[in-house]
Amino acid sequence: MSAASAPLAQGWNSPLRRGLLLFAAMFIIVVVVGMVQGTASILLILTQATGFALIALGLNIQWGYGGLFNFAIMGFLMVGGASTVFLSYPVNMAFWESDGPMMLGRALIAFLVGVVLVLAARRVDRIGITGKWRATIVALAWFAGYIIYRTQIDPAAAYIESTAGFVGGLGLHPVLGWLFGGLVSAVIAFYIGKISLGLRTDYLAIATIGISEILRALIKNMDWLTRGTMTVSPMPWPTPLPQQLQATGMSIPDSFMYARLMFLGIAVLFLVVAFVLVQRAYGGPWGRMMRAIRDNHISAGSMGKDVTGRQLELFIFGSILMGIGGAILATFTQIFDPSGYQPINHTFMIWVMVIVGGAGNNWGVVLGAFLIYIVWVISDPLAQMIFLNLSQLTSSLGWGAIPEIDSRALQMRVFVLGVVITIALRYAPKGLIPEVVKRG
Amino acid sequence: MDELIFFINRVLISGTVLGSIYALGAIGVTLIFGILRFAHFAHGDMMTMGAFIAFVLATALAAMGIILPLPMAFVVMPVAMVLTAFIALGIDKGFYAPLRARGAKPVTLLIASIGVTLMIQGLIRLIFGSGTKSVFVAGESKDIFRFDMSWAGGSRPINITEPQLIMFVVTALIVVALHFFLTRSRLGKAMRAMADNADLAQVSGINTALVVRVTWVIAGSLACVAGTMLALDVALMPDLAFNIVLPIFAAAIVGGLGHAYGAIVGGFLIAFAETLAVFNWTAVLRPLNAVLPDGMALPANLALVPTEYKLTVAFVILVITLLVRPTGIFKGASS
Repeated sequence: MSAASAPLAQGWNSPLRRGLLLFAAMFIIVVVVGMVQGTASILLILTQATGFALIALGLNIQWGYGGLFNFAIMGFLMVGGASTVFLSYPVNMAFWESDGPMMLGRALIAFLVGVVLVLAARRVDRIGITGKWRATIVALAWFAGYIIYRTQIDPAAAYIESTAGFVGGLGLHPVLGWLFGGLVSAVIAFYIGKISLGLRTDYLAIATIGISEILRALIKNMDWLTRGTMTVSPMPWPTPLPQQLQATGMSIPDSFMYARLMFLGIAVLFLVVAFVLVQRAYGGPWGRMMRAIRDNHISAGSMGKDVTGRQLELFIFGSILMGIGGAILATFTQIFDPSGYQPINHTFMIWVMVIVGGAGNNWGVVLGAFLIYIVWVISDPLAQMIFLNLSQLTSSLGWGAIPEIDSRALQMRVFVLGVVITIALRYAPKGLIPEVVKRG
Repeated sequence: MDELIFFINRVLISGTVLGSIYALGAIGVTLIFGILRFAHFAHGDMMTMGAFIAFVLATALAAMGIILPLPMAFVVMPVAMVLTAFIALGIDKGFYAPLRARGAKPVTLLIASIGVTLMIQGLIRLIFGSGTKSVFVAGESKDIFRFDMSWAGGSRPINITEPQLIMFVVTALIVVALHFFLTRSRLGKAMRAMADNADLAQVSGINTALVVRVTWVIAGSLACVAGTMLALDVALMPDLAFNIVLPIFAAAIVGGLGHAYGAIVGGFLIAFAETLAVFNWTAVLRPLNAVLPDGMALPANLALVPTEYKLTVAFVILVITLLVRPTGIFKGASS
């Protein structure tokens, strides 16, 4: 804050210098990790970090700009991943030639019948049924709609799973799949936002984490659509795969390097476009209005701003970025595994990135995303090294070696993440590069 | 008769088991919310931590050659409760109190509690590995009591395990003790007063710092009980309670955050809703097949929700409660 009130602040307090120094430090870390672990490995880390940076920008729109608490990040990443599977995975002819599409069509009709039933039940007040009776009829309509839908979808799902495995994809270009992931996320975010944005922060946190678990349960168990725990792989890349490059006569290490470099290029392009848009929105009247709503929604409302509508807008914009980011990550790893999604890796880590980087400041958030992801990745080998040394010490003392070093060292990342976030909250609550508040 | 026995085994007993655990966890969550006004996400991991402390103590005791007819983890539970309460106090002092002193918003405390979650979980996995363990360290067997129902015409017995029986008794005792503490003792009344209005409580001479400490002690020790009981009923693993922290929050919210009795009711409500939703009704309604005309037999599986979606039931109830009546059924401390 001191930087904001004194524009001429020098040294560490100047936001620009601080940002430049931190980015330079991160660059050095990247180079060092690259030299230790090899170029292909650092390219892998950087590509994934780019995906996470996109997601973190999405959360920054929601939390940094608008103060909206979103714990459903994991759900949106899964939605993005599942959408890109549906659009870009090769066509499954076994499904299209079977009775599957027709049965699914019937299930869709049953679903629509259920929707009509509920909508009709909600309007019974027009014919004079109100209060408790109306509520009862609405509840009954929900129940009836659910039963009707279940009678159609259950056999369809069982049939598809037994004959064709799953629906398969449409075989379109992966980049289209990413955009589709953003679109589906936007639709889902609209409904989630409509339901839950009226809640107070703590309640919103719990509601969104509940919704994210519902999404996870659905995607994990709708085997006919997403193949569930049997996982979908290999997902096509928008750029040539290492295997394709090897076919042209490239050596194996080179092929991995160039393939990842090209993928990284596309991911960075997405990040840059998103960053420019988000940054411009922040500086414009729209961003100013959002900050006004965040800082005091009552006064913003009394100035004639549509608080709920704007918050819904923010929630949707942020979720689009999360969906795209999730789709990019799923495409990059080439496998969509619903059981691989965990709240720690896919929700809390993004929060740590935004808080440590500096909520409200896009530069800070991008820095935080790269920094935290690198810390997350290298905690494992570092811990392994420490453990191996300790193990040597204990065995030389005659206490025996430490068992299961591999699996334990992997868990060090979770602990490190916890330590980082608590330290950040205690000593740098505004983040490494805090939001610059202009006054006057 | 067999259908009724099946119902008792599958719904009544397992629902009560789950309900006891949810209730014990939800009391802690709701008390912390009432006094400190933030959603304490690390509560699930405090339960896991309590279970692991009991596990370590039981192992130590068993190594000393002390064998008792009861499960060792249960015998050492009082000591484990005290230790967990101390750790809970330490966590508050180290991580939450400084933020409170700074006047941080409840959201910041919530995020801090996620940091604590990560640290506890990381430490537990670091020390104990991520595998599943049995808390029956001394090789004692998990006794199953079979109540023969042949006198009532049933061919199968009602099954209940020893840990489950212990759990029912302990939960009942704790609920009664908590009731007397909150309504009769000076400190309990002070706690309720502070949950209602913290400023007013402080002005009228209540030692708020002491109330905060007592809250952590109660929440920590109850978390230890719930965690140990859960570990005795299923098995001990690092994500033992992390997976059920959301149903626990659902229970606390359904009962009205800040309302201890609401948390108990909410815990049982959520647990029974979950068990009933995945219960296969055909098993109970099978005698109807004799009455129904041919070709209208009941389907083999008549569960309301597939078993995979068991936990989802809690979230759906949670979301509906938040939408329809965010203060919970007992009008909790919401603003």
